[in-house]
Amino acid sequence: MVAQDAHAHAAPQGFIRKYIFSLDHKVIGIQYILLALTAVFVGMFLSLLMRIHMIWPTAVLPLVGEIKPETYLSLLTMHGTIMVFFVLTTAPQGGFGNYFLPIQIGAPDMAFPVLNMLSFWTTFVAFVVMLAAFFVTGGAPLHGWTGYAPLSALQSAGPGEQLGADLWITSIAIFCIASLMGALNFITTTLDLRAKGMTMMRMPLTVWAWFITAILGLLAFGVLLSAGILLLLDRNLGTSFYVPLVVVNGQVMGHKGGSPLLWQHLFWFFGHPEVYIAILPGMGVASQLLSTFARKPIFGYKAMVYAIMAIGILGFVVWGHHMFMSGMSPYSAFAFSIMTMAIGVPSAIKTFNWLGTIYKSRVRFHTPMLYAIGFVSLFVSGGLSGPFLAQPVLDIPLHDTAFVVAHFHLIMGVAAIFGMFAATYYWFPKMFGRMMNERWGRIHFVLTLIGTYSIFMPMHYLGMAAQPRRYSQFTEVAYLSNLMPLNRFITYAAFITIGAQFIFVINLFWSMFKGPKASDNPWEATTLEWTTATPPPHDNFGGHTPVVYHGPYEYGVPGAPKDYVMQTDPAGVAAH
Amino acid sequence: MGLVLLAIIWLITFFSTYFFAAKTWWLPHGAAKAASFIDHQFALTYILMGIVFVAAQGALGWLVWKYRDGASNGPVDYSHGNTTMELMWTTLTAVLFIGLNLMGSHVWASERFAPAAAGAVPVEVTGMQFAWYFRYPGADAKYGRTDPKLMDPSAGNEAALGLDTADAAGKDDVITGTMYIPVNREVDLTLRAVDVIHSFFVPSFRFKQDAVPGLAIHMHFTPTEIGDYEIACAELCGLGHYKMHGMVHVVSQEDFDKWLAAREAEKQ
Repeated sequence: MVAQDAHAHAAPQGFIRKYIFSLDHKVIGIQYILLALTAVFVGMFLSLLMRIHMIWPTAVLPLVGEIKPETYLSLLTMHGTIMVFFVLTTAPQGGFGNYFLPIQIGAPDMAFPVLNMLSFWTTFVAFVVMLAAFFVTGGAPLHGWTGYAPLSALQSAGPGEQLGADLWITSIAIFCIASLMGALNFITTTLDLRAKGMTMMRMPLTVWAWFITAILGLLAFGVLLSAGILLLLDRNLGTSFYVPLVVVNGQVMGHKGGSPLLWQHLFWFFGHPEVYIAILPGMGVASQLLSTFARKPIFGYKAMVYAIMAIGILGFVVWGHHMFMSGMSPYSAFAFSIMTMAIGVPSAIKTFNWLGTIYKSRVRFHTPMLYAIGFVSLFVSGGLSGPFLAQPVLDIPLHDTAFVVAHFHLIMGVAAIFGMFAATYYWFPKMFGRMMNERWGRIHFVLTLIGTYSIFMPMHYLGMAAQPRRYSQFTEVAYLSNLMPLNRFITYAAFITIGAQFIFVINLFWSMFKGPKASDNPWEATTLEWTTATPPPHDNFGGHTPVVYHGPYEYGVPGAPKDYVMQTDPAGVAAH
Repeated sequence: MGLVLLAIIWLITFFSTYFFAAKTWWLPHGAAKAASFIDHQFALTYILMGIVFVAAQGALGWLVWKYRDGASNGPVDYSHGNTTMELMWTTLTAVLFIGLNLMGSHVWASERFAPAAAGAVPVEVTGMQFAWYFRYPGADAKYGRTDPKLMDPSAGNEAALGLDTADAAGKDDVITGTMYIPVNREVDLTLRAVDVIHSFFVPSFRFKQDAVPGLAIHMHFTPTEIGDYEIACAELCGLGHYKMHGMVHVVSQEDFDKWLAAREAEKQ
């Protein structure tokens, strides 16, 4: 808690300094959110093309024409990469974290505002480089978002593996640099800029989640950056980090002695923590909202904090569970498998505590709460397929099938997106001073919940019936033709779900200008962002620094004048 | 809205569980020794996870409806949690998850830690964009030398693997595009890949293993039923991934010997 005055900077004048190259964490947060919103629509459009191709392989589509098998793989690669990096990593942490972490701890801005701006614009450059891969000769790469070498390391291994693949890995490397800058900023801000009285154990669970996520990012993105540079060297300078002696289509390549498994180890050392980078902020938001709208303290605050920490630590020792079938030593599978099962324990603790929070509460069904409840439901559904995949013996039939696709989409895709929707509906009034439309919010929620379940639940059945993932066609393997009806159903469900997202976008932009004016604390919540003006002034608290007296979730306090006690309220709450 | 949520969550739970329980879509028929155990472990896991799934979703739906604002419940329970309950469900989950895991480990170990039994049928499987080749070492039980410089995929079989005809051990090697193995005998598999990573996936055998360039991975399994089984590539290997398909014919020992003898005869 160093002197905060040093970090104060005068409100900028002029459009460019205020809205484009802004140092204000709130503007930067919105920039991240808009970037992610653009990216999510690109990623969603790509997935729709994939689903269309699966069931109408010869269809000629507007904009893209006929989809060839290699086009399908490019769509798949870019869908995964864009969603993981530019949506799931960008919006929950860079977007909402940037905007609300400083306010929730009572700071006037991030610790390093210039670094914050650089971090956003570096991410932006990474996104442009990524999109550029579509437009170069050969098109976007076809090696999947995991980019397994040697496929990703050899220019002759397929279309898209020339310049497209170089742009792909360059973009990821740039993204890593941006994320490292962001992570440093989040960690420093949380440790140093908390207001008086804001002890670590009084921080909202959202702040805990962003803080631990930043630590994961700091440790994981550095490894991916190094791995990516090695891949670039293999691709362009003839080194052999990942490539042994190989023969592609009768041509002996110049590499020898490299290890394809090295890439997998480095990639998943990043890739598994990345799952938690995507989901932890959603867990924080769900906890915050369940307590707020249930009008009851969060059940087991300390257990929640320890669970986030445990997930963060265990998240770094489970990466091998992606590699049970890779040729890695079968002995190590035991260790990775036990660790993976162990990480299910803190995840289960969180679920129990969310249910415990609702028990004997008074649930208010505003749209953000609906999404928080949806998050819990999806987290349970996506989580429970984990213990299947974590057992090496069950991974034999299920690895690289649609079952895995169902698992990670439910948990790190849809659940994380529900966390973002919850955050959007919840904080929109604070960010834009207006309320979003509740009726359309509810319709959007119902359609999206049913729609996403209809897409991803059947994928479990496909995986059990041994449909491999990343197949553009089901015509070449006889048993797959029996699964076509289910694949058709999924595509229809995708159409409806994607259609429903336009309701959200219209609601978002319409409410920004036409929604009813919001009060400073429309949800009667207790954390610091609800004590300041709407939208918050440039320095967040209009010249004064808040002082914190309570934990973040004082709802339903017996004897208090209202059913909630603000964190800044000097009046007492019984000691706990 | 509480009732709507309850209805949606319960309906989703019902439909999801129904299709799991009705086995409308299920693991393909098992035709190898490991299948019965893997299927048993799968069924056990799915019953336990199914119970947790129904209980958690059921409770979620019920709680949000029961404790909706405006319902005639008592005042909110001002509580910050309960350490005894935390410890209880932590322990229960840990025992459930880790116990489940330990139960499955011996099958994993038996196929991987010990080498194939003496007398197993040796077969080398090689993946390349986008075909599988199978090599039988012949009477000398030795695979002949292959040379990357001799590989010519367009010519198929021997030439595709770059078999060096100067090596005596390779004279009796049989290389085919379709796999034949005798029923009820262990198969001693050597997995290789020449270009990128492929994955040898035979759903009916509950068998899957990546074939990795630079590595020779040894595995073994025992087919238990005569029949024809499909091989699908399970690791993204390029634009033809979806059609990197093959067949395994499990035949009687007699038919296998005849088939192998006929292939040897063709070579001479």
